[in-house]
Amino acid sequence: MSEELIFHFQVDGDDFTSAGQASIQIKKNLRRLGLDPETIRRVSIAMYEGEINMVIHAGGGEADVKVCESYIEIILKDNGPGIKNIEQAMQEGFSTAPDQIRSLGFGAGMGLPNMKRYTDDMKIESELGKGTIVTMRVNI
Amino acid sequence: MQTYEHSVLLDTSKCTGCTTCLRHCPTEAIRIKDGHAVINSDRCIDCGECIRVCPHKAKKAVCSKLESMNRFKWKIALPAPTLYGQFDNLDDIDYVLGGLLAIGFDDVYEVSKAAELVSAYTRLYLKTDGVKKPAISSACPVVMRLIALRYPSLNDNIIHMLPPMEVAARLARERALKKHPELKAEDIGVCFISPCPAKASYVKNGFAGYKSHVDEVVSISDIYFLLINAMKKDDNVETLSESGMIGIGWARSGGEATAIFNENYLAADGIENVNRVLDQIENGNIPQLEFVELNACTGGCVGGVLTMQNPFIAKARLQTLRRYLPVSQNFLNGEESKYIPDYYIFNELPEYQPISRLSSSMAESMRMMADIQKLREILPGIDCGSCGAPTCRAFAEDVVKGNANIDDCLIKLHKKDD
Repeated sequence: MSEELIFHFQVDGDDFTSAGQASIQIKKNLRRLGLDPETIRRVSIAMYEGEINMVIHAGGGEADVKVCESYIEIILKDNGPGIKNIEQAMQEGFSTAPDQIRSLGFGAGMGLPNMKRYTDDMKIESELGKGTIVTMRVNI
Repeated sequence: MQTYEHSVLLDTSKCTGCTTCLRHCPTEAIRIKDGHAVINSDRCIDCGECIRVCPHKAKKAVCSKLESMNRFKWKIALPAPTLYGQFDNLDDIDYVLGGLLAIGFDDVYEVSKAAELVSAYTRLYLKTDGVKKPAISSACPVVMRLIALRYPSLNDNIIHMLPPMEVAARLARERALKKHPELKAEDIGVCFISPCPAKASYVKNGFAGYKSHVDEVVSISDIYFLLINAMKKDDNVETLSESGMIGIGWARSGGEATAIFNENYLAADGIENVNRVLDQIENGNIPQLEFVELNACTGGCVGGVLTMQNPFIAKARLQTLRRYLPVSQNFLNGEESKYIPDYYIFNELPEYQPISRLSSSMAESMRMMADIQKLREILPGIDCGSCGAPTCRAFAEDVVKGNANIDDCLIKLHKKDD
């Protein structure tokens, strides 16, 4: 099968309360495709964490989820400030989230590590002042 | 997929096809076909929302009639604690229990009594090694069915304790056989007085191979007037109630959770809120929680669709009723508190049913999904319901599956005419 399916989401950076909506949408769509519950869970957690990151750090962005026969690819693009030190950002507990975000229970420095943990492959391309592209892959 | 016997039915003669239930069904199980609502039984979770919102009273709960108990020699009533919140100026539960005896029951066994034992054993259960946290209560049958249909990854979090109704049925039978050795097991009939249709479905279908010990489920609203006329408020009422604050508390959201005696709990009620909480637990985005109590009805069981009273008023009444009760009247003594007896536990969970799946082949599902996306672009997107589907998205899916015709979209048809 050469076909692929792309789901596109606009992640709104102005409204923190709507963060996580794309993750719920993608979960519903993957269920319709009949994927197994564990794959759906991994994709929706990775998507959720990525979405929250885009809202907290980059003022929103765009998310594309590509479904192919053998894998699901999540591409998150933003025009935010970029990540200064990716290696450091990947460390559990490292966080640059502001206090008001932490008071909501986010910004514990687990976002990127969780995205890596729940996916089979993850790539971060980031340029300071320009933005970040995170590409994650979950094999089916 | 095995057929599931539901307790929500439609009276087609009363249904006008008005689309009210269509918009309120949390699982998009309803369509309007040929002028009236049709419920997809694979998707229905028996929550009763459609019964609640139907302006024409066309949706009905299917429960037993009280007369169905006549086949038993010894009839035991199991009143849900919600029942106690239905009466004005009630200051003693014994009036209600006495009333149940007066309308023909031989014995009563309070579900709130069993609830106190279930609470005690749940505290023990949560201390067991290997219990996955947050542990999710299995007391609300709607929530259990919702998890089975939509949140299979949370299966491991479900507490394998039977609901108080089941434990009450079991203990009521045992007590009757002990007190009346002349009775045979088949002489005894157990009748749950229910606030919701989901309990009736639970009893009819069992639960993942578990067969219910309840014989009949009668709704609170069905016996209400009979009962209220039989309730005598005199000072010599027989002392029958054996429930404390904990047992009565189970009737409202948060009651079961506070009885865990651990502040790391969450209690959510109302089906939309329950969905939101389950989504969030699935995403791992919750604080460290021990226990999660979820009730499909707003306010908890007091919000059940087969009750008589506004849930908030019922809750306020229960608060008054509870005030001078001991915290609990049921305790585990000595040996009892060391392990959980088998009859409090269920072993299996219902199998995951991928009801949302478009096709059994993933390639085919992907093609259908692509078609759905294309269709959505040409549909108006206003979710008016005139086509008989709850949303334009659901309509697109119906069309692609061959269950609806694109010309059923009146808005689109109208534009074509212009």
